[in-house]
Amino acid sequence: MLTLPKKELIKFVIFAVVVLTMPVWLTPFGASYPGLLQKFAIYGLLAVGFNILFGLTGYLSFGHAAFLGVGSYAAVWSFKLLTMNAIPAVVFAVILSGLFALAIGYLSLRRSGIYFSILTLAFAQMSYNLAYSVLTPITNGETGLQLTLQDPRVLDLAFSEREAGLPIVTLFGIDMAGYGGFYFSAVLLIAGFFIAQKITTSPFGLVLKGIKSNQNRMNYTGVNTRPYTLAAFVISGMYAGLAGGLLAVTDPLAGAERMQWTASGELVLMTILGGVGTMFGPVLGAWIMKYLENIFSAFNENVLHGFFAFLPDNLESVVVLIASKFVGEGWHLTLGLMFVFVVVFLPGGLMEGYRRFVNRFFNGGKAKAEAPDKQTQPAE
Amino acid sequence: MDAILIQFLNGLDKGGAYALIALGLTLVFGTLGVVNFAHGAIFMIGSFVAVAFRQLLTLERVELSETELSPWGTALEIRTPYALEWFGDFGNVLIDYSVPIAVLLAIPVMYLLGVLMERGLIKHFYKRPHAEQILVTFGLAIVLGEVARTFFGANPIPQPMPEAVRGAADIGILFGMAEHAVTYPWWRLIYFVFSLVVIGAVFAFLRFTTFGLVVRAGMSDRETVGLLGININRRFTIVFGLAAVVAGIAGVMYTPLLPPTYSLGMDFLVLSFVVVVVGGMGSLPGAVAAGFLLGILQSFAAMTEVKAIFPGIDQVIIYLVAVVILLVRPRGLFGRKGVMEN
Repeated sequence: MLTLPKKELIKFVIFAVVVLTMPVWLTPFGASYPGLLQKFAIYGLLAVGFNILFGLTGYLSFGHAAFLGVGSYAAVWSFKLLTMNAIPAVVFAVILSGLFALAIGYLSLRRSGIYFSILTLAFAQMSYNLAYSVLTPITNGETGLQLTLQDPRVLDLAFSEREAGLPIVTLFGIDMAGYGGFYFSAVLLIAGFFIAQKITTSPFGLVLKGIKSNQNRMNYTGVNTRPYTLAAFVISGMYAGLAGGLLAVTDPLAGAERMQWTASGELVLMTILGGVGTMFGPVLGAWIMKYLENIFSAFNENVLHGFFAFLPDNLESVVVLIASKFVGEGWHLTLGLMFVFVVVFLPGGLMEGYRRFVNRFFNGGKAKAEAPDKQTQPAE
Repeated sequence: MDAILIQFLNGLDKGGAYALIALGLTLVFGTLGVVNFAHGAIFMIGSFVAVAFRQLLTLERVELSETELSPWGTALEIRTPYALEWFGDFGNVLIDYSVPIAVLLAIPVMYLLGVLMERGLIKHFYKRPHAEQILVTFGLAIVLGEVARTFFGANPIPQPMPEAVRGAADIGILFGMAEHAVTYPWWRLIYFVFSLVVIGAVFAFLRFTTFGLVVRAGMSDRETVGLLGININRRFTIVFGLAAVVAGIAGVMYTPLLPPTYSLGMDFLVLSFVVVVVGGMGSLPGAVAAGFLLGILQSFAAMTEVKAIFPGIDQVIIYLVAVVILLVRPRGLFGRKGVMEN
């Protein structure tokens, strides 16, 4: 059960080592602090899960942020009602978002292609709007769900006295706010990566790939594709729920804006940027995006002036003026442009770019580019 | 009865906006076969054309007065808009009617923008899968939104409507009700009529001109039209420009009702896609009907009586309708057979 083909096993080991040593090799990039590392692990997990749906079956969901939100809410409620331990929170997040995904998937998967995208988008927007308005008793509306001093926390208080101040999230005593949270998320990311590899190499994964390349033919072959796509949808929703739960574990509050469709869009961007349908691609995309987001939005004019100080004064101020539109608040502009360029010139994402690079310079350009997932299209 | 009429009227202007955006979206989809997620951004850019026009008109020359002093002892600043200086009273009229006049300005601007978008980016995506079209136009929408934010800031910029139409029309009298029983703001009424005129113009253009004939032919069978020796690509560029103009002027006229902000495009995009799907992909009458239908449904759902029965219905009604329609009648209300089905 825990075996993998040799090639996959090598990938897995490399991945695990890379993830666990992140605090070390990210130091030169200035990204080695817990807050960002946690994000790397969590959004990597989210992208791996999304890839199981989009990369394998080709169904483009525009509503995955809803599961992220559900996971966060479930985790925070577990903190409020039961215990500050991270394990139950994460378990509840996965279960609840799985159920949620089952319901949405059951309905949405009756259609394919762009209709599926719109249906998931509609469901996600409904959840978002409801979380903001009617469901305020559960979601605490605009303020977001937070821990309070009066929370019942049944399990915790059965064993110990209520302490002064807000409690912190722990894993049997390990504080989850700093590196503890990162390693917890990283272990789950590696586990999630392993499961994704198992799925990809299994007969189940093969059926999913078949659905992507030609669903009609799969049907004619006598495979009822609906349960397979539904399973993929639910699994991928559970990944998103887990990621949402982890977001709450590392920072115990949940807001409705996590469910907004722009958040789903961001997830799609990450996956595309790295390379849909590849194992490393989505994770890589998530890391690069979170890294650039952090770096670019921290830039301001002073930093830019320092950066371009070698230029003559007049030129410098012009360059800084232009560059300042792309950093800080304008980071989304960079993101949008980057995204357009990737889709136009490198539809397979960075992983395809890497493959092309290797082919050109190391195989003498003779070997034909093997691009199994050259085009990702919604299942038809 | 009054309440129902009021809600019905309230839905009309919003419905008009939905219908206009969805019309362009459908036109582009039906002819070019492109799913354009940047269409909402075009609406937003249109509304900023109105903002920019007004800002241009109200550019002021600041002079320091030589005789008068302000209360704190410095020379008083006299601000005179250039428009007043050059045109006199006519300048005042210009400023007052900046929004309707901006429509005239928006037509060439939006047409140019549309053509640029189509030639520069969209045309390379005709043969690519829909998912990639969605992705690239989504990226483009982000870029357009951010460009607007760079120039106009993140806060909504309210646009006043012309002085003469700030009041409300007493619609009730027309239906033989008491005075002031049913009143309706003039501008909303104007917007409704405006949207009807634009929709009528687009339909007439497609129905009664040779150009429209070719476009309709291209919508139903692009390949054959191309084989007949007609340069369909050039016409499709014009269609894209036209769709951009429709969305753009819809945005201009909507500014007094909803202050433009850079995220406007994204907000309207999701809604207008839902409208298109409900109406039926590729069906122009469907887009218009669904636009008005959803606008009116939305305003009915906002009634307190309805909300008392189904709490929160006003937030989700549009999506709910979309889900039900897609599951029960996947082609939408007026959808043609075979469009995006396999």
